[in-house]
Amino acid sequence: MRGWRRFLWFPALLAACLAAALLFLTLPVVAIFVDRSPAELIDSLGEPGALDALWLSLRTTAIAIAIILVIGTPAAYLVATRSFRGRALVITLIELPLVLPPAVAGIALLAAVGPTGILGGTIEALGIELSLTTAGVVVALTFVASPFYVRQAIAAFAAVDRRLLDASRTLGASEARGFLRVMIPSALPGLAAGTALALGRALGEFGATLMFAGSFQGITQTIPLAIYDRFSTEFESALALSAVLVAVSGALLLTVKLVAGAEAMGGWDAADTRAAR
Amino acid sequence: MTRILAVALALAALLAVACGDDDDEGGSNGSGEGGEEQRLIVSAAASMTEALEACASDFGEAEETEVRLNLAGSDELAAQIRQGVEPDVFAAANTRLPDELHDEDLVAQPVEFATNEFVLAVPADSEIKSVDDLRESGIKIAIGSESVPIGSYTREALAKLPPAQEQAILDNVRSNEPDVKGIVGKVSQGAADAGFVYVTDVNATDGALKAIKLPAAVEPEVTYAASTVNGAENPQDAQAFVDGLTNGPCAQALADAGFGSVQQ
Repeated sequence: MRGWRRFLWFPALLAACLAAALLFLTLPVVAIFVDRSPAELIDSLGEPGALDALWLSLRTTAIAIAIILVIGTPAAYLVATRSFRGRALVITLIELPLVLPPAVAGIALLAAVGPTGILGGTIEALGIELSLTTAGVVVALTFVASPFYVRQAIAAFAAVDRRLLDASRTLGASEARGFLRVMIPSALPGLAAGTALALGRALGEFGATLMFAGSFQGITQTIPLAIYDRFSTEFESALALSAVLVAVSGALLLTVKLVAGAEAMGGWDAADTRAAR
Repeated sequence: MTRILAVALALAALLAVACGDDDDEGGSNGSGEGGEEQRLIVSAAASMTEALEACASDFGEAEETEVRLNLAGSDELAAQIRQGVEPDVFAAANTRLPDELHDEDLVAQPVEFATNEFVLAVPADSEIKSVDDLRESGIKIAIGSESVPIGSYTREALAKLPPAQEQAILDNVRSNEPDVKGIVGKVSQGAADAGFVYVTDVNATDGALKAIKLPAAVEPEVTYAASTVNGAENPQDAQAFVDGLTNGPCAQALADAGFGSVQQ
């Protein structure tokens, strides 16, 4: 009896917690699909606006992710491989949007690059229009999603065995070559996990988009905004669009994880353990 | 490991507490305890934000209850009630939604309690002088989405214009906002050049925006109506609140904000 108490209560507690977490996290998602056949879901895509929203969401998310990868990967590499004064501050600043409520992100973007914002005049002078445009959606998505990638990329680069890079340098490769041929392939699982998180965040973005870019079919109304627009008058249609978003996000997440190989399945975990080492 | 677990447990506890709170707000759980203050949940149209915030605490003190305002687009509040949320009072920016909910047996007989004026809002220094100026290409307009009252009033008004003019204005619409606050925000931040809102929303900006009246032939009649919600946890205070919208501190606050009184 005492033995049971000593040895089994802890695993039992772990299992109970996991069960509670799984139930709490999956029940709302399952509820979206209950009572709706795949045919009904496909039908709901035929209604005006739904396909527009889906296509807009995919386009803006793809552009935002491309920007995040191209700028974020070298930036993360720099932070991960150099030690410099203020490094901790830099990392904190990069991670800051993670903890901002979307409404704050929207206000902040308006204050910074909105028509009356601090850079508003400059941007207008360049002939660029951001608020109430598709470009504005991309800006909002990039702002809220990039910390998810960059944070993960820094951890992934920091976890790569430095001797690999040093060896390639010894063999005469430039740092740029080492970055492309050694660091990126070695950090790939972590980078892929970061990409998946940023993708999910971008696809689901709502508040900052609505405040900064507005809501207009085909221009700025992404799927989450279309769902909100339908919530009050067409609840069924809102549910159907939600199901589509769950399916698309789930499929994208799975694809990224499969492409990056089995190691990425451990995502955060694998990169964090190596970072700790 | 134990630390992770502790964090997980703390989170779960937090969530449980948060969920419990939600239930109470929905009014479906428990009842006010004798010694404690009662709570009155008022779901009200976003256009009444300033007025109701000004009078809620006065009303609360007089009735010894704590007024909680749930402010959003009327359509969204109605949808919440249809989904089973039970506030004590529903106050909408039109008469259609309360009437519909009454027909569905969800709220009591609605009472018309205020009127508002439907106007065009532009920044104080704008060159736009009338609805006619909205036809020019390059003008950016924010309006309410079709489902929210301000959006249906807007479409109703535009439909009374000559078709070519209506189309030209609709072509310049860049955003369909979920409530009036969104429209006011877009115009005052310069993201949009003009928006259709209520005159009370313009008054609330303290001069940042100015209101342009619409031709009388086009202007829709805007009447607000409120009901107590069937199954409300606090029916007496709910009735007192609805009555107070035409006669009491909230009636005064609505008048101060620029709402008109209903001709009985």
